[in-house]
Amino acid sequence: MLPETTALAAAGIDAGSALEAATARPRRDIRMTQAAEAAVLRPAEAGAWGHDLRAALAARIARLNGEEALAQGYATAAGAHVALADPAARGEGVTAAVLGFMDKVAARTREVAAGDIAALQATGIADPDIVRLCELNAFLAYQIRVIQGLRLLKGLAA
Amino acid sequence: MSRVLRKFTRNVPHWQPRVVPVDLKQATEAQLDALQVTPSNTKVSDYVLVLAHDVESLKVRSPLFNAIMYDRGGMSRAERELGALAASMVNHCIYCAAVHAARHAQLEKSTELTDRLFREGAAAEMSPRDRAIFDFAAALSDCPSTAGPEQVQALREAGITEAEALDLVLSAALFGWANRLMHVLGDPVRPEEPAGN
Repeated sequence: MLPETTALAAAGIDAGSALEAATARPRRDIRMTQAAEAAVLRPAEAGAWGHDLRAALAARIARLNGEEALAQGYATAAGAHVALADPAARGEGVTAAVLGFMDKVAARTREVAAGDIAALQATGIADPDIVRLCELNAFLAYQIRVIQGLRLLKGLAA
Repeated sequence: MSRVLRKFTRNVPHWQPRVVPVDLKQATEAQLDALQVTPSNTKVSDYVLVLAHDVESLKVRSPLFNAIMYDRGGMSRAERELGALAASMVNHCIYCAAVHAARHAQLEKSTELTDRLFREGAAAEMSPRDRAIFDFAAALSDCPSTAGPEQVQALREAGITEAEALDLVLSAALFGWANRLMHVLGDPVRPEEPAGN
């Protein structure tokens, strides 16, 4: 049996299914995906971005990818930042800069250029906090695609 | 001086960070541990030094990367590289595309497929099996994903097993992650040739 993981649960992979058997091979990646979620969403050293804001941004990125159930799961941990989980929310000041950057990296990755990083720096965001935003965004891109891919493979198994 | 590359190449460029990398001399214990720096191993790339700003993510990411790309699984290493390359082409990550096109060519002992992909783009002619792999990985890399039952059916028709398809999901998804670090946090550059040579 696999430990409960966000990716398997969100993809609807049932215990005892053939696909669960395939994911339970002596490979480490599914379990490690869950460890990565903890490190990126709930790190001990969170820098400028607290766990609740990270959860709000994760929910927002899940929505940009059409993953409403995953978004709702993350939004429950978003606390006072929950409004930012709505992709229509724009925010002000540094928040607006962060939201604009996160949306672009998530959904229009190929268009990101040096000026996007310079713009964050110009609002006073420190380089380590820029890296933290990128890791959060990048992890979500991965986790969401694992979920969507596994869900499609259920069709292959059927 | 160096110039920023805009076109895909298999000739791996230099990666120039857009943020200041961690200075090894001022690195914390946790950073040195995640970087696996020892007195006999002090060579760390700028890319990894940039990621060391977020040490907890770096620490989980490297073993996950190695498990997905190199652990013994269903799909061949060359085909996982093709999945990685498809994602990198969708996200226009010149650096990742170069590294993984070069690995594909090395594993296949042929530059034919990657030459054609870089010359003609995603529509380049390829075997039905490579086509199914590339199209699935590329569609899954869109935001939102455009992968659907038709791409899965193409995998099935190309004879790709469930275990292989799982490896493909993981390798394509992993480059959704890698591309958003490499392409966002730095520029792929090539030093300028000295004039007059």
